[in-house]
Amino acid sequence: MSAVVELTGVTKEYPGDVVALRSVDLHVQEGELLGIVGPSGSGKSTLLNIIGTLDRPTAGAVRIAGHDLSTLSDRGLSALRAQHLGFVFQAFHLVPGVSAQDNVAEGLLYSGLSRTVRRRRAAIALERVGLADRMRHYPHQLSGGQKQRVAIARAVVGRPDLLLADEPTGSLDTASGAAVMTLLRDLSRDGATVAVITHDLEIARQLPRQVRLVDGQVVTDTGPPLSRPHAAVELA
Amino acid sequence: MRARPVGRNRPLRAARLRPGDILHVGSAGLRSRPMRVLLSAFGIAIGIATMIAVVGVSASTQARLIRQLDALGTDLLVASPGQSMFTGEQASLPEDAAGRIARIDGVTQVGATGLTAATVRRSEQIAEDETSGITVQAATEDLPAVLHARVGVGTWLNDAIGRYPAVVLGDVSARRLGITVPGQRVWIGGRYFTVVGILDPIPLAPEVERSALVGWAGAKHWLDFDGHPTSVYERSGRSDQASVDAVRALIAPSIDPENPQNVKVTSPSAALSAQAAAEGAFNGLLLALGGIALLVGGIGVANTMIISVLERRYEIGLRRALGATRGQIRIQFVTESLLLAGLGGLIGLILGSIATGLYARSAELPWVVPVWTIGGGLGSTVLIGTVAGLYPAVRAARLSPTLALHAV
Repeated sequence: MSAVVELTGVTKEYPGDVVALRSVDLHVQEGELLGIVGPSGSGKSTLLNIIGTLDRPTAGAVRIAGHDLSTLSDRGLSALRAQHLGFVFQAFHLVPGVSAQDNVAEGLLYSGLSRTVRRRRAAIALERVGLADRMRHYPHQLSGGQKQRVAIARAVVGRPDLLLADEPTGSLDTASGAAVMTLLRDLSRDGATVAVITHDLEIARQLPRQVRLVDGQVVTDTGPPLSRPHAAVELA
Repeated sequence: MRARPVGRNRPLRAARLRPGDILHVGSAGLRSRPMRVLLSAFGIAIGIATMIAVVGVSASTQARLIRQLDALGTDLLVASPGQSMFTGEQASLPEDAAGRIARIDGVTQVGATGLTAATVRRSEQIAEDETSGITVQAATEDLPAVLHARVGVGTWLNDAIGRYPAVVLGDVSARRLGITVPGQRVWIGGRYFTVVGILDPIPLAPEVERSALVGWAGAKHWLDFDGHPTSVYERSGRSDQASVDAVRALIAPSIDPENPQNVKVTSPSAALSAQAAAEGAFNGLLLALGGIALLVGGIGVANTMIISVLERRYEIGLRRALGATRGQIRIQFVTESLLLAGLGGLIGLILGSIATGLYARSAELPWVVPVWTIGGGLGSTVLIGTVAGLYPAVRAARLSPTLALHAV
C-alpha cells in the first residue's frame, strides 16, 4: 500500500492573519474511503484545495500521488490534476448544451487523448455509474442525482489516484444523496481512493474513516483502514 | 474500474491540446450564445464591409478605365502648332507635316485635320454667330483609321466624294445640329454641303467629335483652307511606354528641325491614365471611417470577451481542476475571440463584396474586389481578434483554480 496523500505540518494562512489550517498531518493510503468532516469555517475547504493541488500551503510539506508539490510549477500542478486527481463538486458544474457523454469526455480533454478515445472511455464511465441509457441526454434533461452521477463519471473517467468529492450530496434530496454515496462506496470497493468533504456528520458516519476538523486542526482521525473490520472483511 | 498504480517519480508533463480540441473548446462558448455572438461580430462586419466596399468601388471604376484605355490604345500622339518662342504668335505646322511624321521609324498610321475659318449652321437663315461650338475642319482620308473612329451611319469622305461639297459630322456636332441621317444639308461657308456620314463617339479625340469634317481638297476649294494642318494624329501600333516615348521624341524635330519647340506633342490617353491612377488612390476619408468602425467593432469583441470570462469563472475553475494549464485557458479565450472576430470579418467580406457588386451593377462597371483587400480584411480581423482577446484571456488564466469549489 502506498500513500496517495501525505500532508505533514500543513499550515495555511490568508492575508489578515486568518489561519485556515494549523499544522495538519494527514496520510491517505491507496484504496481508502474517508470523510473529511467539520462545520463551516473549520478549514475543510482549504484542506480540499490543498489536497486537490488547487492551492499551495503557507508552510508544511504536501505530497500527492508521490509528487512533492513544492517542486512543481503551475504547469506541473495542472498535469498532476489532469493525470492523478478527479473532482466532484456540490454544484455539479456540467456544461449546459453538451450531452452527458461529452460532459464526461471533457474530463479527459487535458490528458492528451484523442476525441474518439475520450468519448469511448466516457461511455464506459457512464455505464459504470448506471447511466448507460442517458448518454445522449443534456444536463437539463437529467435529475439532480443523475447530474451528480454524470459528474462522478467525469471525475473517474481518467482513473485518478484520488477522487475528491466536495459536498457531493449537498444539492440533492435524501434519496438521490444516498444513491450517490452508494456509488462512491462502490467505486471505493473497486479500488478507487475516495475522499468526501462534508459538513454532514450523518454522511461521514457511513464512511470507514473519518477525519474531523475544527478551527483548522484535526481533532479526530479514526485512522487508516487496515486496523478496521471493514478492511478485514475485504481481505478475507 | 481499478485505479492504476500510483505513478511515483513518473515525470509530470501537461499534455498538449490538439488543434481540433483547441477549436472545439474555443467555439464552445460561442455555440451556447449565438445571439450575442452575432451582434458583437456585426461590429467587425460593418468595418470590414465598409473597407471592402470603398476599395472595391474604386477598383471597379479603375478597372473600367483601364479596360477603356486598353481598347483605345495609348500609342496615339497628336502634333499641333505651339506658340512661337520668339514672336509669341501661334506657329503653324508645315503643309507636309503629316508626310514628315509618316516617315518616322515605327509610325504606322497618320491622319490630320486642319482648322478652317468657316462655320456650320443648319441653314442659311440661322445667324452666323450661332456656331453651336462646332468647328469646320479639313480632314485627311486616313483620319478615321488613326483615330479608331467608326462611321456610325453613312460613309467616310474619299477622294471622289471629297471633291463635292460633302461633309461628315462628329457625333456631338450631329446632335447639336439635329442631324441623324445622311442626305440632309448644312450651310457651310456660304453654300450647302451634303452630310454623307456621322461618326461614332471618339473618346480620345473630343475635338473631332465637335467638328464638321470636309475633304482636304474640298476645303481648299470651297472654304479658303490654307492647307496647313492644325492637328496631326499618329499611331505606332505599340502601346508600351518606351516605344511611344521614342516616337514622341522624333515628332517635333521631324516637323520643324530648326524650331522643334514650335511643335506641341500631346498624348490624349494621358488624361484617362491619370484618371485611372486617381481612382486607384481610393477615398482616404471613407477608408478611415471603415477603420474607425473596425476599431469600435474590436472594442465590442473585447467587451463581449470580458463579460464571457466573468460569466464563466466557474467553468474556468472547473477546467483548471480538470487539469487545464494557464496557457490552455488563455488559448481557449483567444481562440474564442479570434473566431468571433473572424466570423465578423467573413460577414463583412460578404457584405462588402455584395455592396461593391450592387454598385458596379448600377454603374455598369466590372465587379472587382481586389484579392489583397480580402487578405487584408481577414488579416486585420485576425489581428483585432487576438488583441481584443488577449486581455480577457490573460484575466481568465489568472483566475484561481479554486473557483469551481466556491460555486453553489
